[in-house]
Amino acid sequence: MLSRTAENLYWIARYMERADTSARLLEVGSRISLIPSAHGYRSEWDSLLQASGMAAGFAAKYGDPVQRNLESWLFFDRDNPSSVASCITAARENGRIVRTALTSQVWDALNTAFQELKLLEREERSTLELSRLTDWVMRHAAMVRGAIDATQLRNDGFNFLNIGYYLERGDNTARLLDVKYYVLLPRLDFVGSGLDNYQWTTLLRAMGAHRAFHWAYGGEVTAAKIAHLLILNPQSPRSLITCVAGMANHLGRIAKAYGRDTGAQAAVQAMLAELEAETVERIFDEGLHEYLTRFIGGSAALGHAIHDAYLSGEMR
Amino acid sequence: MAGKQSQGGSNGAAAYFNEMTGMGADLRAPYARLQDWVQSMPVELRSLKQAEAEALFRRIGITFAVYGEGGDPDRLIPFDMFPRVFAAAEWARLEKGIKQRARALNAFLVDVYGRGEIIRAGRIPGRLVYQNEAYEKEVAGFTPPKGVYSHIVGIDIVRTGPDEFYVLEDNCRTPSGVSYMLESREIMMRMFPGLFRENRIEPVDNYSEVLRRTLASVAPAKCKGDPRVVILTPGHFNSAYYEHSLLADLMGVDLVEGQDLFVDGEFVYARTTEGPKRVDVIYRRIDDSFLDPLCFRPDSMVGVPGLMDVYRSGGVTICSAPGAGVADDKAVYTYVPEMVRFYLGEEPLLQNVPTWQCGRPDDLAYVLDHLAELVVKEVHGSGGYGMLVGPKASRDEVERFRALLAQDPGNYIAQPTLSLSTVPTFVDEGVAPRHVDLRPYCLVGERVELVPGGLTRVALKEGSLVVNSSQGGGVKDTWVLAE
Repeated sequence: MLSRTAENLYWIARYMERADTSARLLEVGSRISLIPSAHGYRSEWDSLLQASGMAAGFAAKYGDPVQRNLESWLFFDRDNPSSVASCITAARENGRIVRTALTSQVWDALNTAFQELKLLEREERSTLELSRLTDWVMRHAAMVRGAIDATQLRNDGFNFLNIGYYLERGDNTARLLDVKYYVLLPRLDFVGSGLDNYQWTTLLRAMGAHRAFHWAYGGEVTAAKIAHLLILNPQSPRSLITCVAGMANHLGRIAKAYGRDTGAQAAVQAMLAELEAETVERIFDEGLHEYLTRFIGGSAALGHAIHDAYLSGEMR
Repeated sequence: MAGKQSQGGSNGAAAYFNEMTGMGADLRAPYARLQDWVQSMPVELRSLKQAEAEALFRRIGITFAVYGEGGDPDRLIPFDMFPRVFAAAEWARLEKGIKQRARALNAFLVDVYGRGEIIRAGRIPGRLVYQNEAYEKEVAGFTPPKGVYSHIVGIDIVRTGPDEFYVLEDNCRTPSGVSYMLESREIMMRMFPGLFRENRIEPVDNYSEVLRRTLASVAPAKCKGDPRVVILTPGHFNSAYYEHSLLADLMGVDLVEGQDLFVDGEFVYARTTEGPKRVDVIYRRIDDSFLDPLCFRPDSMVGVPGLMDVYRSGGVTICSAPGAGVADDKAVYTYVPEMVRFYLGEEPLLQNVPTWQCGRPDDLAYVLDHLAELVVKEVHGSGGYGMLVGPKASRDEVERFRALLAQDPGNYIAQPTLSLSTVPTFVDEGVAPRHVDLRPYCLVGERVELVPGGLTRVALKEGSLVVNSSQGGGVKDTWVLAE
């Protein structure tokens, strides 16, 4: 297929997944800010924006983090390329460009999300409950994902869509997990306290992994169990290992279909091998934040390798 | 669809030919079965169906952006459910005339980029051709595969009586609107399957197949095996992007932008996820001047550097061929009947609208004396902009055009205001006659082919003769009945 078509498909998936994450960030931030804390409201929102890589843009436009501004920034603001509105618009625009590579159900799901977004934007902001906004995003993200799974032909386009999803999701899981690091950074003595556990639980809820945690581990919520669930557990749909294995699978199918390997396959296999050999103890020895930072860097490098091999059209 | 212009202006008392009832109240045969259909449709059902049609159009994504108007880029073009019908015999006659004209236009193009016989013979003034902005010196002396310059010829036709058809203008470059022909039919078949059982209507859905075959038939000599065909679009911001993607989809070919193609050696390649793939035929939907920044506009970002060199050395075919525009210029239009006689040795089957060339002193004098009755158009204008519809214009507007004509007469032509035929159309009050025109799409490759149907545009405003979608026009399904 045309490299540009593959690129558009890949970005549809990335933008939809990113919209989902921005909504979850908004939810986790709001919940954390509802509980009393030693260092106040402000630093927690700061840290959340830091982890998501949206802090500088927010500070430049709004200054102090006020709840209403944060909602605007994460949901509606077109100046924020990662806001829900920006992501859904970009996903739909990428879809419009490659309409012929999408089934009508997938196009319908993308287009409906976009049309409803325009209606939401016209509503009086004070009547919009935060939970309604986040539910709305998750519903539409799921509808697009479901339409892709149920109706798309299992060809190279399908593989590029999935690669986009897994790459973005892995990156986002790492960033959401990193929020916890930022939130707690000033007071390490909180670790293991009741407050600490509450914050971990909030994080699990935001990732829709609260139930899964109890099914998989049960008992006390501990940092080690959560890190295992979100990094190393192949049963978790958001874990880093699940995302990397997903990419390895789809990149492998592409290599087979095209009859050749590229730097992207080598990079993803190396990442997967490392994750498979990893333990929670070693991650904590290295430092969770340091580990996640390294993962985010590796994930970005893999993104570049995929781009160079397939999406840039430079391969000869 | 950047539509072209139909005649405008109504001269009040004139009686119009109604394609359903003729000049009086007789029911004409092609419409016989539609009488019951429309009479038996309750008002509620009608509005329900209209809403359904609109939902389908929006869902499919057929929308139309009007250049320079801003507003909603996802605007829908209005669709009227009342079909426009041609009897088999009527169509057979039109078809002959359309194909004849398409052949003559292509013969003319080969000639004026070659020996210029028609000019040497004194049948067309040389300056109209060689000094024409659309004359592409870059391709002089080059003959494209199979001698075809214009592979898709859109001929705009109006009707003024049972047997009177006039060609308003020819579109030899990249006529748009064929997606409306295809989608209008799809939607009508979905909503009114009964109509298609009762009437024997020739199908149009093989258009994409005929188009693909036509494009493949003009592959360059250097192409061995199955030619790779692509559609070249300016991109998704273009108002006709939906049409480009629909045609690519129906033909099963890639829809590319300039950035997706590159030249290497003597061929053009597409950038794909599997590496470069050679491209043999490019159905381009961009203007000549944007094709190749090395040859035409150096500031163009949408073109493919080096494309013209490959084209001229026979490595790729470009459809329509660069330079085809010189045949559909409004000043050259006057001479199309001459072309038919000169190249084919036949009498033209379709008539031109009488046209005054304002560049000629005698013609200009006549036009200035009769401005209030005439339609005046810019020679290179399109889309119904920059024109005067005398009978509808205010005194100020007429005077403004008088000044323009005095300034640059060669830039204008004038035509009489035609009494365009009408077809019954659904309006708020029920059903009422509205003026229409017709654009069939003639395909020219190894063979000359015409799918039985076309785009019927309808002026939805009462009394209006302007059918352009940018100015309140809509579309209808166009039926050709089988024998």
